[in-house]
This record gives sequence, C-alpha cells and structure tokens, in this order.
Amino acid sequence: MAKYAWPEADRRALIGKRISRIDGPVKVSGRAKYAYDIKRDGMLYAKMVRCPHAHAKVAAIDTSAAEKMPGVKAIRVIQPVGTEIKWAGDDIVVIAAVDEATAEDAVRAVKVQYEVLPHLVLDKEPPAAKPDEPQPLGMSDLRALLARKAPDSEIISRIEKDGISADDNILGPAKTAGASEAVLTALTNARKVDPGFFRRVATQTAGDPAKAFADSEVVSEGVYGLSVITHCCLEAHGMIAEWSDDKNLVVHPSTQNVSGTASQMATPLGIPAANIKVHQDHIGGGFGSKFGPDSWGIECARISKLAGGKPVKLFLERNPELAVAGARPSAFARVKIGAKRDGQILAWQSDSWGTGGPGGGGSPPMPYVFNIPNQRKQHTAIVNHIGPGRAWRAPNHPQGCLITMTALDDMAAKLNMNPLDFFLKNIELVGTRAQVYRDELKICADLIGWEKNWHPRGDKTSGAMKRGFGLSIHTWGGAGHPSDCAITIQPDGSVELKMGTQDLGVGTRTALNIVAAETFGLPLNAVKVSIGDNSYPASGASGGSTTIGGITASSRRAAVDALEQVLIKAAPALNATPAELEAWDGKIRVKTDPSRSLTWAQACSKLGAMPITVQGKNPGLEKLNDQGVGGCQMADVSVDYETGVVKINKIVAVQDCGLVINRKLAESQVYGSLIMGVAYALYEEKVMDQQTGRMLNPNMEFYKLAGLGDIGELVVHMMTGKGYDERGVIGLGEPPVISPGAAISNAVANAIGVRVPVLPLTPDRVLAALEAKGANNASI
Amino acid sequence: MDSDDRNDGEKLTEQASGFSRRDFLKVGGISLSVPLVMGPRTIRVAGQDVKIYGPGKVPISLNINAKNYSAEVEPRITLLDTLRNELDLTGAKRVCDRASCGACTVIIDGKAVYSCTVLAIEAQNKKITTVESLMNGDQLHPLQQAFVDNDGQQCGFCTPGFVMACKAFLDKNPHPKPDDLKTGLGGNICRCGTYVGVRAAVMQAATGQSAMSSLSDSLENEGGQANG
Repeated sequence: MAKYAWPEADRRALIGKRISRIDGPVKVSGRAKYAYDIKRDGMLYAKMVRCPHAHAKVAAIDTSAAEKMPGVKAIRVIQPVGTEIKWAGDDIVVIAAVDEATAEDAVRAVKVQYEVLPHLVLDKEPPAAKPDEPQPLGMSDLRALLARKAPDSEIISRIEKDGISADDNILGPAKTAGASEAVLTALTNARKVDPGFFRRVATQTAGDPAKAFADSEVVSEGVYGLSVITHCCLEAHGMIAEWSDDKNLVVHPSTQNVSGTASQMATPLGIPAANIKVHQDHIGGGFGSKFGPDSWGIECARISKLAGGKPVKLFLERNPELAVAGARPSAFARVKIGAKRDGQILAWQSDSWGTGGPGGGGSPPMPYVFNIPNQRKQHTAIVNHIGPGRAWRAPNHPQGCLITMTALDDMAAKLNMNPLDFFLKNIELVGTRAQVYRDELKICADLIGWEKNWHPRGDKTSGAMKRGFGLSIHTWGGAGHPSDCAITIQPDGSVELKMGTQDLGVGTRTALNIVAAETFGLPLNAVKVSIGDNSYPASGASGGSTTIGGITASSRRAAVDALEQVLIKAAPALNATPAELEAWDGKIRVKTDPSRSLTWAQACSKLGAMPITVQGKNPGLEKLNDQGVGGCQMADVSVDYETGVVKINKIVAVQDCGLVINRKLAESQVYGSLIMGVAYALYEEKVMDQQTGRMLNPNMEFYKLAGLGDIGELVVHMMTGKGYDERGVIGLGEPPVISPGAAISNAVANAIGVRVPVLPLTPDRVLAALEAKGANNASI
Repeated sequence: MDSDDRNDGEKLTEQASGFSRRDFLKVGGISLSVPLVMGPRTIRVAGQDVKIYGPGKVPISLNINAKNYSAEVEPRITLLDTLRNELDLTGAKRVCDRASCGACTVIIDGKAVYSCTVLAIEAQNKKITTVESLMNGDQLHPLQQAFVDNDGQQCGFCTPGFVMACKAFLDKNPHPKPDDLKTGLGGNICRCGTYVGVRAAVMQAATGQSAMSSLSDSLENEGGQANG
C-alpha cells in the first residue's frame, strides 16, 4: 500500500546517508557486553570431554576421578557407551566446576575408551559412477521420486532392487512426505545397504548437450575447486544458562536467532518454549554458524539444572570452535565448456564433488549466473568424518561462482578473448538483470582501469613479480524474512522500538533507528531501539541477507501507523485534517503551510495520559522490499613467480541492493566481504589429516586469516538512485562475498599464465601449477 | 635455529626469570598439598633464591588503569582471564588464547601486549592499561571516536583489542604513513573485515582529519546513541 512506501529521495533526511552505527561507542569503549562477557553471581564454568577419533564407538567412560575433585559441581555423560561418534571433537562428557581451570583439570581426569572405526576425512575426487552402479535409496532420492509423482510400482521396484540407505532414517520422514501405504510397506521390508562415502545426485540435463558440444568450435576443459574452510567466529559458540526454578530457564546465547532459540531448546529440555527467556545484546560473529543452540547449548542448560540451576557458562575453546563449530563445504568439479569461435557459449558439462561432512553437503549452483542453454551436470556428495558443515555466508554460491567463473575465464583465454568482452558477449544468458550487469561491469572496469591494464594471459614483463587482472559476477536473493515490530510512543514524545532481532555487526540497530526516526521526522537519538530479547515481537534469524528487508518493512509499517495516530490527535490543534500533516524536522506541521506546526513533544502530549503501542509486520515482498541483486568484482594482483606468494594490489566491487538504508554501513558490508574473500582465496583451509582423522590447524596461527596489511586497496561502488531505490530494500550481507575467490583466481591466472585450480591459492599450489605448466611451456 | 641456539635461549630464560621450565615443573610436582591461598615460598634454583608461587591460589595485586586491584588466582591463570573473570574488565576479549589474534591486547608499561600470554602473577608491579580507561567520562577518546566515524568495527569483538593496539602504535608513531600500519598493526585479526575502517581511523586519529572521502554528506553528529 502506498502509504507505507519509502519517502522520495528529496524527502529522506536519514535514509541513504552515511550514518555511524549507534552502538559504535559501546563497542569501541569495551563496554558492550557479549554473552561471552557476562558474569553472573555464583556462575560455574563448563568444559567438555571431546572424542579424539574421527570415527569410533564409545567403549567405556570413567568419570570417578573427576567426580572426586574439589570444585567440580556436576558431570554429565552426553554420549554414553555404545554411541557411534562420527567426527573428532564431538562432545562426550560435560563438566561444570567453580572455575575454568578446575573444569579443565576435571576434563583431563575423565577416562574414555573408544573402539576406533575406519574413517575418511578427505574429499578427493570419487571414482566415476558406473552406469549400472546400485545406489541404495536415500531420503533425498525418495523425496525426488515423490516430487515428480513417480508411480508406486517404480518406487517399490527401485527399493527392492537397490535396498535403502542404512544411514538414513527413512520411514518416518517418508510418511510425512506422503508416501503411500504400499511404499511404506516396501520400505519396512527393504534391505538396508551401507551407502558408502559417495552420495550421487541424479544427473541433470537441459537442452541437448551432446549436440551442442558437437556444434562447438572450441572446447575448454579443467578441474576447479575450493577447500573446506571454517567460520572462525571471534566470539566462540556457547551460552550462559540458569534456571530461575525447575521449569523456567534464562539463557544468554551467542546467536543469529534470538527469536528462534527457545523453540529449539524446549523439546530437548522438556519445558515449554514460553518458559525460556533469551537475551543477547551483541554477538561476536556468526556468518551462518549460529542459528541453533547446538548440542553444547542444550548441555549447558542441562548441566546447569544438574548443578541446582546455578548459572553455567559454556563457550567453546578455540580448538573445537574451529574443528566442530563451523565449516563451509568444499566443492570441486571437472568442467567442460563448448563455445563458438566468436565467444558464444553453447554447452556446459560438470562432474562435481565436495564434502560437508556427515551430511554430505549441498550441490553448488552451476553454471553460476550464466544460464547456459545446454547442460549436463552430475554431483557427488562425499559423506565423511570431518564434522558437520554449516551455512557459511552465501551458502553454495562462492563454490558455484568459483567453479563457473574460473572455467569461463579459461575458455576466454582459449578463445584469445578479453574475459570482459567474453562475459559481455554472453551477458543475455544471465536473464532479466542483464542490463544491471552491463552497467556494473562498465563501472567496475573504469574503476580498476581494465582497458589500460588488462593483458592476455601471462605477464610478459621481466622480473619475478607478475601482475594480473581478473573478474567475476554473482547474484543473490535477499528477500526480507518474517519480522514483527512494536513501537511505543509516550505522551512526553519519547519513542521506543522493540524487536526480537539481533545485530550481527551489520548495523541492524542503526537501520531500525534510521527507519523510525525518518518516519517520525526525528533525530536518531530521539528513538530508543531495543532488540535482542525474545520477549519482544519475533523477527527472523539473521541469515541469507534476509534481515534488512524484513526489519525495515516491519518497522516502517509500525512507524507509519503510529505516526498516523499521532497525526489524528494533533490535527485539531493545527486546525487541519490528519492527511494534511507531515512529520519533519522534529515537528508535526501542515504540508502546505509549515509555519503551522507543533513540536513532536507537543503533538504527542495530545495522546492523553496513556502511551500508544503499534505493531508492524513484514507482509512479504511488496513496495518496501524486493529480492534479486547482481554484483561484479575485479581484482588486481601481483604474484611472485619465484616464491608463489600472491599479493592483492586492488579489488573493486560494484554492487546493487535496492534502496540503501545506511550508505556507510552498506559499504562496510562490502569491504568486509572483500576482506573475507581475500582470506578464503589466499589463506583459509581446514586441513584434515587422514592418518589421525583430525584437523591439523584448529588454532589461529595455522588457520590463516587476512591481516590489515594483506588486503591491498579496496574500492566499493554501490549502485543507487533511479532504477535501484524504487525496488525497495534488498539484503546485502551475502552477495559481495561470493565473487572474490573467482576474481582473485582469475587475476592470478592472468598474471602467471596458468590456472591454479584450487583455493586457497597458497604458495605451494601456485608453484605446483607453475611447475606443471613448465613441463609444457617454460616461459610465461 | 640449531640446537646450540636453543640451549642459549633456555639459559637466557633461566637468567631472566630465575628458573627454567624444567625446574618449574619439578617444583610443581611436589607442591600438591599446599593450602588454597598462600604467598610465595623461596627455594634455591640454579644457585639463586627464587620465589615459587602456587600451584594453589596466591594473592596478587595489579595496577590497572592507575587503580590497584587485589585478586587471588592460581599462578597458571593469565592476565586476560584475571581481567575478565576476576575483575569484570571484559573489554579485552579471549579469542585465540595463544597470542595469534590480538583481541586481548592491553598496554603494559607502554607496550601493546597480548594479555592471553602474560601470567597474572607476572603482571604485578607493572602499569597495565585496558580499553576501559580510554574514555574521559562520557567522552570517547579521539581514537575511539575515529573508529566510530570510520566504522572500524562490525561485530566489534576484535575492536577493543584493536583500539588498544592502535593506541600503542600511535603513542610510538604519532605521524604514521599509511604503509607503516601494515606492519605496525599486523598483529590483530578481524573476522568481519573492518581493516579499511581501522586504517582510516588510525590516520584520522593521527592527523585529526577524517580519512573518509565523503564526510561532507555524513551525519556524524546526528546524535549517536548507545543501546545496551
């Protein structure tokens, strides 16, 4: 409805400006209290005994020595004798003690014996599927069959022929998914077959790939991929839990999901979700890894109860934080692309694989952004023992992007085409947003000096330092999540906005403040913003760039409706109708005669003795928000030909996200994405050791992140104004983190004349690629 | 480093602290039945009298932000954990807990130090400055204001440590060139990726001028508000 629309550009006092985050002062002063910082009276500290084996059965647990230690208050076996453990670092026993050191001593005093089982922690290319290789039916296969309404006879014959996966719990979910009685009977009687490590996703085809490859004049083939990385949140996962009585729990988690935490804890704890109070003021990083309370959150609450309800603090040490609390699935692919000599892309073929641990991991979107008309794709998820994968900022997109954009860049090189021309030649394949990408590519190219600087593969200048340029494009949805908001206006004019959302550091508080203050015509500090508590109106988890679209829609609607009530009360005093009034510059005034006005406080005093509270809700996509963005990035790197070290000179990011609420913090999101991108392109890797089954670098000296000197010059250009603003608000957290890996890899290939196929582009991988190329061609 | 160098290193350590790690472990092994809190004992090691603390809790006193604090901690407890768990000074954060990330940075006798890698008992008789001391009443320190102005923080968990590292850096290098920051501030890790803002903040604090090109359309003084 029009009345909720965003104000026109000339009527925006705050929206779209560069505004400092309102919680900046508490953060820079150290006064911001994160869950990790909270200390409650009589608080106990909990630590966990963790399994050292990647795959094992718990054979014996002896906690007697720990029980006798002074200061130990409670011990709980989480995974009892007989349990199969599927990754190193999984939690076995939890202990609460009076201080951290005592809890650590007690953990060391617990003796656990394991029956060690065979494990796999690598994600090497799986053997090619044989055409008639039987693959036991898993739940995802059954879902696919039900989705395409396969006849019962087909499903049953498949079940009888191949058996069902011994790893999946199928029967219950099959019933929920709508399987017939006959299918359920077949499932009950089916052979249970060990599915092994490789879950093959059914081959997908589009168009006529065989013919398209036959028609292609140039075919480019390569292997590309990126390793498993971790989230490495600086504030570890964990929470503080305490019971006010045996039915009521208070938790301070580090979470991306304030409103959704209680319902996830209620069932395992056997209390109603309504009895769980959740509060969080600040969170020290999440990136997709903190949507649920996790086993350690549930155990924190349980051991608190065991210790008489005392507050218990359980946060992961850095080692498990890196080893078990977050991982982005790897992805690799053999790619074949067919094109005409003039650069027109005809066909795509990919055989991909990767691991997200025990769940296997998702299949990355490929070919990415470019919808190549003829495709054949096959993906194999490797189910192994590296620990569970989690959503990592823009799940599956950096993988799909890296594989697609590097393969396309190799095709451009094979065609002797400038990749920018090659991308532009095929840009219609991206669909409806082709013109946005055209505009972005042009701006990006201007900002990095593409035309002047780009050279064909291989920097031919003398010296060991080789300079190169690369590009990539990406997309994301970013539609707003469900969100409710309450705004209370007091008769003295003070305003409070309440919402059960969370600020991950993206500026959620500030955005809410801007929307409310803008609507009321007030300065920022005239609105109090209260978030981070599940007693406030529920708002969605912060993930998938869904927050900004959701919270701005609900807060705008609440504010517009609240203002309407103030205008109704103020109108008689101004001898006008409410429709003739507006809120601007701290006043309620007559639009056509601004000299007739009341101050905001005078207007609110007309409310009478009682405050008003107005609720707003994000109704879904309408005028206030939208989905679907495009972005483009170009990288300028130097590679030391002798040491293999890659150095970032400059990266330019051009990004659209509809209407920008706060330019300063929007740019911060993009800068941060580029820096995270540099880290996963050059440094980050969860290194697994097949011998021991453990992660070799679960610490911050060997799990490498980018430092302040590693990032080069970063340039951010936001697409705003006409054509963008009127789309409304769209999420921005994910999209700019998708392209850096591909843009940097392409720049390195441009510098040294050969593709380094797998991220991170560490010196050993760069030198290995140079060596492999040297065998064919000694010069760059 | 060859084996001779290593031996020299250990000797140096012995001279500096009075006892080697080996001796420390030997002493630790025979002291299990000490009372919960006691002062240091003196024993003779390597021909010298040295004070032995622990392994139980010992009373310590720390000078933090020009104020004296008393606490009772085991000798194995770090300065960081003492600040956070005993004194409720939680500005310094525990992240890597082994001197890799800088989130726990405090200033000791003028030098930026990773407080996760200093024992509390070793920090006695030194001047410890934490992020909590920088504000003057409700007024942010100019460096802190520069962090806010240039958005040198996102989630903010690395920020207090970064602010302290920048403070120590600027105290020593009041007029840095942009390139000096790369090495001078390379010891702090930010996961959200705020280095662009941090670099601009340090240059603003050093020059008194905003490094952000587009300050003209900013609303720096709009009335920022800190909600808990």
